[in-house]
Amino acid sequence: MEKRALFGHKFLPYWLLVPQLIITLVFFYWPASQAVWQSFLLEDAFGLSTRFVGFENYRALLSDPSYFHTIVTTIVFSGSVAILSLSCALLLATQADKQLAGAGIYRTLLIWPYAVAPAVAGVLWAFMFQPSLGIVARGLRDYLGIDWNPLLNGNHAMILVVMAATWKQISYNFLFFLAGLQAIPRSVTEAAAIDGARPMRRFWTITFPLLSPTTFFLLIVNIVYAFFDTLGLIDAMTGGGPAKATETLVFRVYADGKLGGDLGGSAAQSVILMIIVIALTAIQFRYVEKKVTY
Amino acid sequence: MVRGFMLGAVTAISLAAATPAHAVIELQWWHAMTGGNNDVIVKLANDFNASQSEYKVVPTYKGSYPDTMNAGIAAFRAGNAPHIMQVFEVGTATMMAATGAVKPVFQMMKEAGEKFDSNAYLSGITGYYSTAKGEMLSLPFNSSSTVMWINKDALKKAGINEIPKTWPEVFEAAKKLKANGHPTCGFSNAWVTWVNLEQLSAWHNQPLSTKANGLDGFDTVLEFNHDLQLKHLQNLIDLQKDKTYDYSGRTNTGEGRFTSGECPIFLTSSGFFGNVKSNAKFDWTNAAMPYYPEAKGAPQNSIIGGASLWVMGGKKPEEYKGVAKFFTFLSDTDRQVEVHKSSGYLPITKAAYAKTKESGYYKENPYLETPLLELTNKEPTENSRGLRLGNMVQLRDVWSEEIESALAGKKSAKEALDAAVSRGNAMLRQFERTVTK
Repeated sequence: MEKRALFGHKFLPYWLLVPQLIITLVFFYWPASQAVWQSFLLEDAFGLSTRFVGFENYRALLSDPSYFHTIVTTIVFSGSVAILSLSCALLLATQADKQLAGAGIYRTLLIWPYAVAPAVAGVLWAFMFQPSLGIVARGLRDYLGIDWNPLLNGNHAMILVVMAATWKQISYNFLFFLAGLQAIPRSVTEAAAIDGARPMRRFWTITFPLLSPTTFFLLIVNIVYAFFDTLGLIDAMTGGGPAKATETLVFRVYADGKLGGDLGGSAAQSVILMIIVIALTAIQFRYVEKKVTY
Repeated sequence: MVRGFMLGAVTAISLAAATPAHAVIELQWWHAMTGGNNDVIVKLANDFNASQSEYKVVPTYKGSYPDTMNAGIAAFRAGNAPHIMQVFEVGTATMMAATGAVKPVFQMMKEAGEKFDSNAYLSGITGYYSTAKGEMLSLPFNSSSTVMWINKDALKKAGINEIPKTWPEVFEAAKKLKANGHPTCGFSNAWVTWVNLEQLSAWHNQPLSTKANGLDGFDTVLEFNHDLQLKHLQNLIDLQKDKTYDYSGRTNTGEGRFTSGECPIFLTSSGFFGNVKSNAKFDWTNAAMPYYPEAKGAPQNSIIGGASLWVMGGKKPEEYKGVAKFFTFLSDTDRQVEVHKSSGYLPITKAAYAKTKESGYYKENPYLETPLLELTNKEPTENSRGLRLGNMVQLRDVWSEEIESALAGKKSAKEALDAAVSRGNAMLRQFERTVTK
């Protein structure tokens, strides 16, 4: 008896794909192609005069040394955020995974920051670290003698936005890590314990490798988050300053396009950003994924 | 049945369309005012609507200044711009360059047959919004200027008996204040480029850029990297080292440092008045911006900040008639006096200023007159009539970046201002190319 379901219809699979394809076309390919087209134009804010200028927007961008500075800033920012938020979340998740009294409360509390809107989080952090009035900044100055000033000191500003962006993302990572940890069969670690492996060794040789698919997924999500979703935070806290110290690629797209009305230049930046992210994702799947054991 | 319904609907629609003779023409007014100032706008619209039956002004809050402007531009591109749009002063060049997208106010008033004399308005204000020939392009609405806010209690405690008038006196006072209870900030300012470049240059009759600061054409070249501005920036750099001066950011987010008592001398907009009044728990006042006594002719006159009302293009003549009537209504002397007193913004006409003065109002509220005295201090020159630079929002960011580098000790004053000029010029050329067809 034939048990396999047979679909004789030739076009059925395509029909079933159509809704998804339409959504992808309308919400991704169409805007992306518009951005590419726009990047070849020189246009005033009102759209009254439009001129085709070819690659001029790209040339202007790539001959601007500050653009490379922005790329470096983005790498430093995204790398720091991804590493910090992943490691903090992993640490918290392993602790919350232990059988503790009230573990449920810890878990709930740890998930809360994720529900805070980026702009609100930005304002909160900016308040706490405002150099003259902020409660944390005062503590730093009065007790540790650190002259905290993110308004003028670029490193301080960078530390501030990295901390805020990390804090926002830890909850998300924590959720996934905790789920990943709970999916690991107890019997494996118990067997190792019986064999005499100490907790640290158990973690690095058993738990961490078994978590690698989760970690890999989170790594990509975090980098995408640091690249794109931190715009609101940066805008609320530093506005890209001081002196471009916290200006990431996506913030620059926003600043030049929305605030400055330079649509062509902004579109060219979007296209470059798109290429960078495509390349980054490809590299991750090509090389990092080899280290992942599913 | 369906047919009957359709027929009924069609009749109803054609009936509605057949009665335009008494239909009220709606005029959309997009603005960026919140709180008490939003109340002022709503009241103005309501009063106007009650005063006649032909037109109805509908005010809509569209977010911050940049948000409102972007919303207006997006609406224009989509073909349904509002009739009146409130645009902040830095958007002036963008609006002015948009020939066809905007309807110049002087032209609209003339076509609508409204009585309109551009000389009735305070020239210190209208200069910003007029062509080189003095034709008013937009109607000034809420204007302010930079003033120096003073914590009188702090000054007294530090043994300073007179409010400083010149920059050297301010530096001297700030050093004393720093030694007497204000270790983190002797003096500071908001809007770093507005205060330390734009107003500084106008107040000392120095050009910010060629072509009358851009009023006479978009082919303007920045030139604020000269003696006066260099000296001023160098002074700030030196004083920043020990916090006699302490930087407070690009926008006005640092203004709380004055009201909290941290910075006893603070330069920012006269529009800060409402906040000071409700939050400062000490004896305060304001004074004119300081100047360098060795500069020839200083002080000149200050320039304004704030916003004006632009009329969008492509509307019907009868709609413009309504807008023109509304503008006449807004310019009415008594109305301006009232707006001035309730909002703290400047009156826009000479008559309204004179009337407020005659009533003795400034004797009790001298801080409301300070910006007016600055604006009318001298007849405006090429360097102090106003500014009209394209991409102004971005320009200010670039200038702020350079000043920040200088204050952080990464660049000298000369390097910073030279870079601010050359980077700014590149942006001006880009703007020029987008607007010349």
